[in-house]
Amino acid sequence: MSEPIDRPGTPVAQPDAAGSDGEGHVSTATAAAPAGTKAGAPRRGLAGRLVDRLGGGAVQVVMVLLGLFWLVPTLGLLVVSMRTSEVNNAEGWWTIFTKPAELTIGNYANLLGSGFTASFWNTVLITVPTTVLVIGIAAMAAYAFAWMDFRGRDTAFLVVVGLLIVPIQIALIPVASLYGAADMFGSIAGVVLFHVAFGLPFAIFLLRNFFVGIPSSLLEAARMDGASEWKIFASVVFPLGKPAIASLGIFQFLWVWNDMLIALVFADTGNQPMTKYLQSQMRQFGSNVDILSSGAFLSLIIPLVLFFAFQRYFVQGMMAGSVK
Amino acid sequence: MTERLDGPQDPPADVAGGPSTGPAETPQRKRRLGPSPAVAIAFLLPAALLLGIWVIYPIVYSVFRSLFDATGTGFVGLGNYTTIFSDAGTLTTIRNNLIWVVVAPIVVTTIGLIFAVLTERIRWATAFKLIVFMPMAVSLMAAGVIFRLVYEESPDKGLANAVLTTVHDTFSSSQGYPEARPRGGDQSPVADQGGAVVTKQPAQAGQPVLVPIVGVKPELLPGDAQPAKAPAAGDGLSGTVWFDFTPGGGGTNNAVDGAEKGLPGMTVEAVRDGQVAATATTAEDGSFSFAGLPAGSYVVRLPASNFEAAYGGLSWLGPTLITPAIIGAFVWVWAGFAMVLIAAGLAAIPRDALEAARIDGATEWQVFRRITVPLLSPVLLVVFVTMIINTLKVFDLVFIIAPASVQPQANVVALEMWRVSFGGGNNQGLGSALAIFLLILVLPFMIMNIRRFRREDT
Repeated sequence: MSEPIDRPGTPVAQPDAAGSDGEGHVSTATAAAPAGTKAGAPRRGLAGRLVDRLGGGAVQVVMVLLGLFWLVPTLGLLVVSMRTSEVNNAEGWWTIFTKPAELTIGNYANLLGSGFTASFWNTVLITVPTTVLVIGIAAMAAYAFAWMDFRGRDTAFLVVVGLLIVPIQIALIPVASLYGAADMFGSIAGVVLFHVAFGLPFAIFLLRNFFVGIPSSLLEAARMDGASEWKIFASVVFPLGKPAIASLGIFQFLWVWNDMLIALVFADTGNQPMTKYLQSQMRQFGSNVDILSSGAFLSLIIPLVLFFAFQRYFVQGMMAGSVK
Repeated sequence: MTERLDGPQDPPADVAGGPSTGPAETPQRKRRLGPSPAVAIAFLLPAALLLGIWVIYPIVYSVFRSLFDATGTGFVGLGNYTTIFSDAGTLTTIRNNLIWVVVAPIVVTTIGLIFAVLTERIRWATAFKLIVFMPMAVSLMAAGVIFRLVYEESPDKGLANAVLTTVHDTFSSSQGYPEARPRGGDQSPVADQGGAVVTKQPAQAGQPVLVPIVGVKPELLPGDAQPAKAPAAGDGLSGTVWFDFTPGGGGTNNAVDGAEKGLPGMTVEAVRDGQVAATATTAEDGSFSFAGLPAGSYVVRLPASNFEAAYGGLSWLGPTLITPAIIGAFVWVWAGFAMVLIAAGLAAIPRDALEAARIDGATEWQVFRRITVPLLSPVLLVVFVTMIINTLKVFDLVFIIAPASVQPQANVVALEMWRVSFGGGNNQGLGSALAIFLLILVLPFMIMNIRRFRREDT
């Protein structure tokens, strides 16, 4: 786990032979790789070590403080979520260090019977299909953009690049009226399709840039053998694209899991995900701290687990998306 | 969440580290033997349909919708756009967005750079990076709840104010008796002087000083206050500060009566010729004495700080500080993104250049300023531009952190768009205009993306 984030320069993983087809057809993120790895070794050079000695103590202290600064707010949420409302109203969560006996899982137990449980499942029902659909649809389009010739391909891809940063606000009103006409307003399907559409530009961009790095010899061989395009896609390109697909998958999952705005507009109360449910409790923040803190903490556990488990892909996806 | 994860989506600039970007995608596409266009269309169809219906059609629709009024029937031309720039509420949102765009990207990029450089100096860099990067995985909704707790007004509940008051009280201790004042009238031995309380007559050792105070709020009288004692005539300069008020009536003004309480924690100064010669603090019974003071006559003064309210920190969630407070939460979320990208750029810098400069006698600062930063500038630009786009779209954090009563002061364009069209405003004409306005704001970056991509890819 420690290794990847330490060397964010590592490639978004390329197909084994990517470098060796001799055509310089390297996916964006792979470009940064050689420099990143090379630089690792001489880093702890003489000068570096000297500086370590001189400023080491002060830097250590500052970094510990900064680390605490980033960690403590979340820790606060955890402690608050494990104390009763009365205790939370009376004193700050940091008094827990002198009164550890006040910890309770009562808030979480109460949450189980409430509307939160339903909203948790709605989040799952929205997130999982969205992620699968985005990966499938984007991979097909990316394959066409990377390895098929058709008129207007480059222009079409530039449109995709342009759509990368379209604010979703632009589609809220028009899609709401479309859904109204199609009787889809408030449904999970409506939320999912909206997410899929707005997830596609990034997904197509990421995968297309990865797919063009696949050695053409592999595809040409398959085409010579008379394999259908679908077969090439399903049995050559898709498997080779796994690392990029993993990056995309984790990004897409977190993005949808954590979304609030789309849910706010398109999901009705019966289909609302956690974010919308918790938002509806915000109005009485003071009296709802028990629900809000435990709910917010539950909502972030799965993203955190995914993040720690797959942070290599997370970082790689980010690099591939940004460092162009 | 949206604005958060599409950050990484944008590929605004090229780069990470100079040398390796070179071999872009080039030749070879021509040699592909391709399938028929029909097959290509089949592969593209699902994506094209989704993008067409959910993204492209809405852009066109919004342009038209923005020219009509709330009901969608009356054509108003550019009326909605005029409203954006004339209505006080929307002007506030524009002003706030401006503050966001000016402040947040610079802060995030700077912090990311500092963190990236500092992590090279510690052994537990991986752990540090994970901690700082972690908020990226958390929903902005949860981050909002986290910071709502941090910013609670009461120092007993909100972490930010707890830290502030602790730091403040370490450096200046004031018990805090707001609105308390000296007893007035000719008989009173003390008088108000610019907020401070001073004795009318100079005091000398052996003559106890009486400082009668009135107007102390009962709830601010410390629990440990003891009945005041008339000071005994001792050797040094001493006296009593007390609450000259007998509950239930009775008692003599300007004299210490049995039931009257001393005022502990008052700072008392002995002043001679305008100079503070000694400082003392009153005890639980309100008595004070200056030890080791040279003989002579002094004016006894209770400085104004005694009469200020106890420091309670800042009201983060109030109308004035709300935007900076939310920007603070935004920085907390995004610093990790900046740090990881910049650290990658840093790792790609050829070490030889740095070593050579050091051997030539350059200081660490010079190396940083003249070599590291210029070589990093492409990455810094990527981070900076990504942050600009994200600040333009900021929504969740403002919506969650700002309490309902301060939302008008914290409002931003993206939130106003939602509020106007769905959150009660019910004016989809104005909402569409705001959405188009938002699109126009990010348009330059969209064009930048396309041009850069074209240059690199073809």
